[in-house]
Amino acid sequence: MNTTVIDLRDTTSIRRRVKDSVFFGLLWLATLVAMLTLFVLITTTLVDTQGRLNFDLIRNFPSPFPQDAGIQSALFGSLWVVVTSGVVSLVLAIGSAIFLEEFSRSESWIYRLITVNIQTLAGVPSIVYGILGLAFVARGPLGWGFTVGTASAVLTMMVLPVMIVAAREALKAVPSSLREGSFALGATKWQTISKQVLPAATGGIATGSILGVSRALGESAPLILLGALAYVSSNPTGYASDYTVLPLLIFKYATEAQEEFQAVGASAIIVLLLLLVALNMLAIVIRDKTRKSW
Amino acid sequence: MNSSINSIASLKPSGRKLRQQRFERFVLVILAVIAASGVLITTGVVVALVGPTVDFFREVRIGEFLGSTRWYPLYEPPEFGVWPLVLGTFFIMLIAVIIAVPGGLAIAFFLAEYASPRTRRVLKPLLEILAGIPTVVFGFFALYFVSPNIAAKVWPIGEVGFYSGLAAGITVGLMILPMMTTLAEDAMSAVPRALVEGAYALGATKREVCTGAIFPAALSGIIAAAVIAMSRAIGETTIVLLAAGSDAVFSFNPGNPMQTMASFIGFAGLGDQPTDSTGYRTIFAVGSLLFVITFILNVISRRIVNRFREVYE
Repeated sequence: MNTTVIDLRDTTSIRRRVKDSVFFGLLWLATLVAMLTLFVLITTTLVDTQGRLNFDLIRNFPSPFPQDAGIQSALFGSLWVVVTSGVVSLVLAIGSAIFLEEFSRSESWIYRLITVNIQTLAGVPSIVYGILGLAFVARGPLGWGFTVGTASAVLTMMVLPVMIVAAREALKAVPSSLREGSFALGATKWQTISKQVLPAATGGIATGSILGVSRALGESAPLILLGALAYVSSNPTGYASDYTVLPLLIFKYATEAQEEFQAVGASAIIVLLLLLVALNMLAIVIRDKTRKSW
Repeated sequence: MNSSINSIASLKPSGRKLRQQRFERFVLVILAVIAASGVLITTGVVVALVGPTVDFFREVRIGEFLGSTRWYPLYEPPEFGVWPLVLGTFFIMLIAVIIAVPGGLAIAFFLAEYASPRTRRVLKPLLEILAGIPTVVFGFFALYFVSPNIAAKVWPIGEVGFYSGLAAGITVGLMILPMMTTLAEDAMSAVPRALVEGAYALGATKREVCTGAIFPAALSGIIAAAVIAMSRAIGETTIVLLAAGSDAVFSFNPGNPMQTMASFIGFAGLGDQPTDSTGYRTIFAVGSLLFVITFILNVISRRIVNRFREVYE
């Protein structure tokens, strides 16, 4: 009896409490490191802007002379590329998701082939999409050169897996009672999908695709291979235009030897981050507006 | 009367109904073609890589590729020993994983058992913001903050220059930290609550619940998450290209500049390589190696998840 009591006391011993505290301290430390990273990253970038974050930054074109270097053509380039790849990949993603979730059985070989394929694509490093773009789109069979069209095509392929996953989740969240009700009223399969399922899934699809678009907006690696790393002094006028995008211009400014470019790069980063924040706010608003409970 | 006759008549296939059926079949075909486009992209990736890679190995002996430690493919005379790239990739991945895996686990434990709902509501969106920061921004951060203020100060062996594998590795680790946290959290949330509550009922402290109940039960998911983190670190291009320099040095000291497979591809893309040159084909050969390595890691991760899924219930 006595020994049991001693054992119990022993389990709340100082050593155990010290271990608990050390463990808790380590968890706090890790969390603190993550938060500090975010904080330091943003504040040091803001400090680095050194007064270059103004309207001249947006008005001026990229330039190898730091005093009048701006970001205008990169801003428009990003807009062209991101809107195009966003729209095209959204259409492809919704089509794929409808085919998988509404038309195929999960045991069928085609369902499994496409699902495994999407998982594989999602794991491919983004630079490899650049290689694909270089071999097939910029040169090779399509031969579009280093243009807005090439960049849009490559980013479309890159964000497609993310978009498909989002669209599938959104379709899965629509309860089957809604479909069955529609069938019971005599609607055909496509009428059910287009008039009932898709409207019900709009919120989920929109939220997911905005996240995909943010990926495309911030992506740099594949476009390094596709000629975006240049001082482009005019805005794109079509898909055959030369282009640069914000992330690549930031890269370019970051690698310039003159120190003044650091301030321009930092200012461009703040613009890019503001655009991303705006996109994410939009996603949150849509999510809240369309939230339904079935 | 009239209306009931009409409704009976409409049950027979009318012209309208046939049109509808044909339209439905047409839609299905379109959707199938769209769904197949994903498979087409994968096929494209593989085909794009294989052709030039085969050509590359016609010009460069595999013995040199795998047997030499000198990597100067764009110099004259070129040398094609891939080991500096493999070593650089390995070191930067290792540093990143040493930061991201324990760090992500710790934050996930913190969120699961320690944080109050209010703390969670603050932490989760902040982690999402961190996860959404573009890699080029991290690259800038690596170059102008991590390199001079962290890498140059903490490394015990020799001088750490402006460009170093260390600065790149640390930053890649910070970049994948939120992703590792989310994946570890997912793995932990799959652990049945009864198991956790049972451990508390036996008198375990929060630490003992974390290390004795949650960790072993979520281990397969955590390992899978760590493998994904490795794969992400290996494939990261922009941060490494900015922060680790462009010299493929065969060195075991991450304080030196380093080049990874991914950052070499980016570096080769900076200069315009003529389509029909060995330099151009080098991009594809290294790309194939990178693709195969990340593909294997992703398959391993998926296998781990599938094999150990639904142990409870």
